Amino acid sequence: MSVRPPLDRAPILERFGAAIEDLGPVHGIDVFAVPPEQIVEFCRFLKEHPALRFNFLSDICGVDHYPETPRFEAVYHLYSLANKWRVRIKCRLGDPPQVASVTGVWRTANWHEREAWDMYGIRFEGHPDLRRIYMWEGFEGFPQRKDFPLRGYRDKLNPFGAEGPPPTQPDLVTRDIPEGSQLTPEPRK
Amino acid sequence: MTEVTELERPEGEALNTREVLLNLGPQHPSTHGVLRLVLELDGEFVERVDPHIGYLHRGTEKLAESFTYTQIFPLTDRLDYLCPPSNNLAFALAVEKLLGIEAPIRAQYIRVLMAELARISGHLLITGALPMDLGAMTALLYVMREREMIMDIMEMITGARMHTSFCRVGGVREDLPDGFLPKIREFCEIFPNRIRDYEQLLETNRVFLKRTQGVGIISGEDAIDLGLSGPNLRASGVDWDIRRDEPYEIYDRLDFKVITRTEGDCYARWRCRVDEMRESIRIIEQCLDQMPEGRFQVDMPTIAFPVDKERVHCSMEALIQHFDLSAYGFVVPKGEVYSAIEAPKGELGFYIISDGTPKPFRMKVRAPSFVNLQGLFGVSNARYLADMIAVLGSLDPVMAEVDK
Repeated sequence: MSVRPPLDRAPILERFGAAIEDLGPVHGIDVFAVPPEQIVEFCRFLKEHPALRFNFLSDICGVDHYPETPRFEAVYHLYSLANKWRVRIKCRLGDPPQVASVTGVWRTANWHEREAWDMYGIRFEGHPDLRRIYMWEGFEGFPQRKDFPLRGYRDKLNPFGAEGPPPTQPDLVTRDIPEGSQLTPEPRK
Repeated sequence: MTEVTELERPEGEALNTREVLLNLGPQHPSTHGVLRLVLELDGEFVERVDPHIGYLHRGTEKLAESFTYTQIFPLTDRLDYLCPPSNNLAFALAVEKLLGIEAPIRAQYIRVLMAELARISGHLLITGALPMDLGAMTALLYVMREREMIMDIMEMITGARMHTSFCRVGGVREDLPDGFLPKIREFCEIFPNRIRDYEQLLETNRVFLKRTQGVGIISGEDAIDLGLSGPNLRASGVDWDIRRDEPYEIYDRLDFKVITRTEGDCYARWRCRVDEMRESIRIIEQCLDQMPEGRFQVDMPTIAFPVDKERVHCSMEALIQHFDLSAYGFVVPKGEVYSAIEAPKGELGFYIISDGTPKPFRMKVRAPSFVNLQGLFGVSNARYLADMIAVLGSLDPVMAEVDK
């Protein structure tokens, strides 16, 4: 993608300077590490600055760096339709992870943030409707965390899951299964 | 209307106008898969819509963390199952960027050709399915005829009709087969006339026009704000196509138009796709004309499988290479990459973090359908329940991709 002109980073560094970390272009995308308390301000600046105009939010995703600390990370991918630039914003979060929501900047952030909450348990403060999006209501745990077993935890409905902490809300997680049904655990050959 | 109600109403009682909560789906033919819309209805007007997704969630991203890079290709097939070659291509490009390699030119042409065939296949379905949702059944039967031709071509190239898994990191699995050229030339010749057939069927269908024109308008600003991409965004007048603006593979050598419309209604979104199919045919023809001879895989034994299967059976080195790649995969250097392509549904991006092992540390799929479905919230003037069906159909979500 060499045809793209490089990102004009002067206004960003001028405005935020020491508060953010400029990690330079990585595989054609400019990366900035931003502390969680400045994320909304930073995003709004990128979107509204007349020379940058990052008006398109491609993606928000959570990352679990277990067992590193700080453990979590929220990664934002922005695109500028006018200048054809891409930017990645990385935001390291502690445990429990918490960061301000950018739904006020882009409406599309709504579902992305719900997904990150569902999968990693990242709490987006100020999100209008932070519910699980893929997993059902009453599901325990955050399935894409590195310490969540690939096959889930063993319970009545999942005989092949890993041994783990018993569900804290058994009435929500397990349902009535008739005695002697085929779902009783059977060793896999 | 009011008078009748007045007459029928029992004397002294107020008219009961309670809001109704209606579940549309998860099993409903016009939700295009297992989507459940919880609708708050006031009579026939939709007051609020709350999409519930996740019925098809297979945990692609979690699974990918335990697979080698080559094993992930079949997973990507199952995202947007109407056009697997595009998904394969997006993933292969991301890994290739991390590795710092590029596929040989011939492989790039083959990939683009297949991605465009897939685009036609995906667009064809919505060309027929949207009118079917609105009561015009005929077109669907005709588009299936042409999709069958594409399926046959896919089968000829890859051996599979739907889940092709044809891309590999650093190229494609095999070269194009003999007898492929006349078949695809025939398709390119026939298909533009067939598009004209659909247009004649549907553009004179007053019911179809009434139910799509001026219905479900999404303005350009709203579309950007909601993150729509692909034909949904271009139908709202935003001129953005990753194939042209951030050319990947050999798209910069090809001549094609980016279709935009200004209306932003259901009809414009449908129309955009019909016109894009014409451009795809042009791209395929150019690919066929320009395609050079040469390798279809990079010449890197640590990444690419042995080209000559015979050698695996009689040469020790080739056997080891094959076994190593199958059992352990190849190591991808530490780093992270985001790579997006213009898939038929919009911007399909793969964000991969590698920790220097043969399996990705984190793979995030930026699925276009997932984001496009939020377009339901940006619709300004579709108030009837029946309009909701038209809007949903025209946004063209594939639930397998929404739920990942």
